[in-house]
Amino acid sequence: MTELSLHILDIVQNSIRAEANTIEITINEQISEDRYTIIITDNGSGMDEETLKNAIDPFFTTRTTRKVGIGLSLFKQNAELSGGTMTVESKLGQGTKVSALFGFSHIDRLPLGDMAGTMTLLIGANPKIRFIYNHITQLSDFEFDTNEVLEELGKVPINHPDILKALKEMIEENLDMIEAAK
Amino acid sequence: MKIKSLADLRKIKDEVQEKIKLRELGENAENHVQIKVAMATCGIAAGAKDSMNYLIAELDSRGIDAIVTQTGCMGFCYAEPTIEVIKPGKEPVIFGFVTREKAKEIIDEYIIKGELIDGVIPVNYKTIEEQ
Repeated sequence: MTELSLHILDIVQNSIRAEANTIEITINEQISEDRYTIIITDNGSGMDEETLKNAIDPFFTTRTTRKVGIGLSLFKQNAELSGGTMTVESKLGQGTKVSALFGFSHIDRLPLGDMAGTMTLLIGANPKIRFIYNHITQLSDFEFDTNEVLEELGKVPINHPDILKALKEMIEENLDMIEAAK
Repeated sequence: MKIKSLADLRKIKDEVQEKIKLRELGENAENHVQIKVAMATCGIAAGAKDSMNYLIAELDSRGIDAIVTQTGCMGFCYAEPTIEVIKPGKEPVIFGFVTREKAKEIIDEYIIKGELIDGVIPVNYKTIEEQ
């Protein structure tokens, strides 16, 4: 993966397969602490202890189409390369939380990349799932919730290409604003 | 004008609503082309996100009624990005190595003209649900 937003797109696919109907992504930039954290929480099926123990193992997967599952292990590797770490917490029937910590200024910390594109792609393909995206910096924050968007749209489908284009622009503009405020 | 807030979104909502009304007249979900983009770790790493965005934008701008969704890994990690295309009343066809260029070729040749092109993988393929 070349961008953190691609890792997020990848990890969220796990939540979708776990039949979550609410997925929350929180990115927190703490420059003064030199920390950059990404937390992905879902209310999907969760994992039992045995599965959780194996989740980060690249040679473990619940898929039947192939024998490896490297999404989480790649995410972990990239976190560790920047001097950080990644943990997975999960409870069967309740959901899963993936937390990754990166070294903010580390040369090997991947850039966030096209986060607006990742969000709109997820929303477009999964219009029934509630996505919450919080992006926090030390000076400002941006909160995005598809429930608020749905309320605004009424009967117009959220996954209409024109709406997705508008949402992408909205997220980009807001991320630019908090970036400029830093 | 750039869209910055939910209030801005409200403004374009009405335009979209009008568009939908116009289209609904001749619309039938069964006449849609269905495209599933394999969007697992292997697909994402190979650029499936870019291909999917391109497909959505290109099909919309050409006015082709299509539903573009995501699916998991279909087991052809060596040929990512892979997509499954189901034309109305036709068997599903899987294409491998779907870059932007390939996606354009698939729209031009297969979706519009109905001609098969290089890059189709296994003839005996069944969708994941069927297996």
